Amino acid sequence: MKSRARHLVFAAALAAGAVSALPAQAQVVNVYTTREPRLIQPLFDLFTKETGIKVNSIFIEKGVAERVAAEGANSPADVLMAVDIGNVLDFVARGVTQPVQSKVLTEAIPANLRDKDGQWFALSLRARLFYVSKDRVKETALTYADLADPKWKGKVCIRSGQHPYNTALIAAYINHYGAEKAEAWLRGVKANLARKPAGGDREVARDILGGICDIGVGNSYYVGLMRGGKNEEQNKWGAAINVIFPTFPGGGTHVNISGASVTKNAPNKGNAIKLLEFLVSPEAQAAYAKVNHEYPVRPDVTPDPIIAALGPLKTDQIDLTAIAKNRKLAAELADKVGFDH
Amino acid sequence: MPGWTLGAILVAATVVAPVIALIVIAGQGSGDLWPQLVSYVLPSAAANTAILLLGVGLLTSVIGVGTAWLVATAKFPGRGFFDWALLLPLAIPTYILAYAYLDILHPLGPVQSLLRAVLGISDPRALHFPDIRSMGGVIFLLGFVLYPYVYLAARATFFMQSATALEAARTLGAGRFEIFFRVALPLARPAIVVGVTLALLEALNDIGATEFLGVRTLTIAIYSTWLNRSSLPGAAQISLFMLALVIALFLLERWARHDRVFSGSGKRTQPPAPVELRGQRAFGASVACALPLAIGFLAPFAYLADQAIRKVAEGAVSPMLVRETLNTLLYAGLATLVTLLLGLVVAFALRNERKGFASPASRVASLGYAIPGTVLAVGLLWPLANFDNAVDSLFRNAFGISTGLLISGSGAALILAYTIRFLAVSINGVEAGYAKISTSVDHAARSLGESAFGVLRRIHLPMLRPALGAAAILVFVDCMKELPATLMLRPFGVETLSTHIYAEAVRGTYEDGALAALLIVLAGLIPVVLLARISRNTQAPITS
Repeated sequence: MKSRARHLVFAAALAAGAVSALPAQAQVVNVYTTREPRLIQPLFDLFTKETGIKVNSIFIEKGVAERVAAEGANSPADVLMAVDIGNVLDFVARGVTQPVQSKVLTEAIPANLRDKDGQWFALSLRARLFYVSKDRVKETALTYADLADPKWKGKVCIRSGQHPYNTALIAAYINHYGAEKAEAWLRGVKANLARKPAGGDREVARDILGGICDIGVGNSYYVGLMRGGKNEEQNKWGAAINVIFPTFPGGGTHVNISGASVTKNAPNKGNAIKLLEFLVSPEAQAAYAKVNHEYPVRPDVTPDPIIAALGPLKTDQIDLTAIAKNRKLAAELADKVGFDH
Repeated sequence: MPGWTLGAILVAATVVAPVIALIVIAGQGSGDLWPQLVSYVLPSAAANTAILLLGVGLLTSVIGVGTAWLVATAKFPGRGFFDWALLLPLAIPTYILAYAYLDILHPLGPVQSLLRAVLGISDPRALHFPDIRSMGGVIFLLGFVLYPYVYLAARATFFMQSATALEAARTLGAGRFEIFFRVALPLARPAIVVGVTLALLEALNDIGATEFLGVRTLTIAIYSTWLNRSSLPGAAQISLFMLALVIALFLLERWARHDRVFSGSGKRTQPPAPVELRGQRAFGASVACALPLAIGFLAPFAYLADQAIRKVAEGAVSPMLVRETLNTLLYAGLATLVTLLLGLVVAFALRNERKGFASPASRVASLGYAIPGTVLAVGLLWPLANFDNAVDSLFRNAFGISTGLLISGSGAALILAYTIRFLAVSINGVEAGYAKISTSVDHAARSLGESAFGVLRRIHLPMLRPALGAAAILVFVDCMKELPATLMLRPFGVETLSTHIYAEAVRGTYEDGALAALLIVLAGLIPVVLLARISRNTQAPITS
């Protein structure tokens, strides 16, 4: 019985393996991504059409670096993709990336949006904005610090203070004002909350329409997705808000990236670099802008019209890696003030 | 040592492998993390977890035991329907429930819109409706979707309770409530505890609903420690701390009932005749059963169906759905098979050798149910990948062939994860089945010259069939709903319905996942209805 059991286990393993078997010889590049697959699939399809290289991608929200590290030399992963500078730098810190030298990449991506050794490259940008009620909020310009103003008491909606988007924002706040002021700011924002920090950025717009709050924090591309999408409900959410580009001292708005690295043991390194080079080509950058409503990293590609209509983006000048260094402190502060409790 | 015990120990070792990996990871040290965690994170996370478990425990007990008692002992309109329909919430994953209810109860959703229309209010801000994104909201939702675990256990016990004890109580002048609280409930306690334990472990491991609705439990603290503080060792340490708490709770419960015997005379008598309820009481009983069914199943199901129909009408049907459904069924099916087999090995060893290693082995083998899915996945990654890479280098050196990632690169890793995660369900189920087969049957067969394996094959398996069926269904439905380990361990090209839904949810377009969510629920419905039939037909326990 026991050996039969073992045979069954083995057979089960084989059957499962057979289902997942990859096409063997064709030109491929394997991508592990923390990005929502539907957002990047159109770009992968375009790449395959142009180069004949097939893209296998797997969406793993948590633990991409851990999985690649565990798989070691046999890992099939060629490219790692993630949103948020912190997640991208985690790949490097975990030692699962390799430096890439490519003139195409360095010429297309401004120096502050890639690693100087080529361990990571930003592929798109997103700004962290305020959504405000069209009916109930008159302000047209605000600073991030204003969110802690008691006049917004019971009127603020935001997602979890431990979400990477907010962690990066708090980290940037620390860069500008120092940890003490950042803590006071967080306490002020918490005191203004209309509901528990939860859900996603779109819920902020929906809750503004639903009357739960008047102002909230959300990423730029969601405005495009809500206003430009086919979903009628979400069209209404998008229409209920005005967008404000909040500023730090110096007049810049906090910006985060989506980025990619080539893995240390990439079995298809050449194809991996080709994919990255494709993703920063004017054509792919335009697609990023059109499909995802993100800001292109290439200065010579214009954003999607819906995003462009929000107004000009002036990027905060503090270096992304400097912001990422404060990430742990930012997470600690959010816990310290009990932001999510 | 009997071979079966050895088998049970091997199974336990498999379950323990990821735990050991976690201990190793935790041992790498987390630097100066703990003072901060102890000051700001763990107290509130532990308090939240305690409140959540207390609330969910109370709510599932009240709903599960109450409806089970009504169905088992009273006659009222709809009883035959509620008997099986009350299990239906089992088919709905908690994360889907949370997405659905955020929509249903939102100021822009149907409930509040209707309320405003009825009350003649036009401004959504004028109606103060409690937000589902709260501790109360999470307890409410988890209570109404997890109560079937308690219902299932309590109902079987109430049906089996000998009428003698209940009738004795009645002849002694006890009223219906007194019989319930002083006789039936204490007798059913062990079964109810098993049911509540399953519900609580589900609640403890829940990441979808609690995170989405903004309640920060220990499980969420594990994730944020790992991801935001980039400290896997710290996360492993919190996981082990949580695991220790769960084990302590188990031990406490065992200690609390250590010297009591809860079984009846063992001799089977007629089940108690149901009491016919009339008028208001009959109506009250119907409502009491209809409410959990409506909240835990009908409302979210109707919501999903409505969303799915809209998507189909828009033509926005993902062409991948068929393949994802097949993957879901395949992986859940294979994992169920393995889980059941291993559960049988452990339970059989336990039956044959009560005093030796089999008993601790069975406890250890049940541990996986208490480990959060993603943590289990991380714990599995390392042993599996190390094994694969060792095999690979062996084959490279010996034969010049690369075997690559034999297990961690294939679906086998996922099946292993499901097995470890849900083995407790299978062991519990088989053990419950064995409890109804007197050991004298085994002794008789052995004294007539049958081998141990022969006893298993020719006597136990046929008699266990209903229990195995019930366990298989629970495991199957659990595997289909499983999300965190599936996300992390599945190989390239394998998407299941749950990963599909999650991918949509991450984009904030969870309504696009409605069709996939509906498919999970539908695929879970058939087994759940089957389960109701099986557990109904096995009321008559088999004794000598």
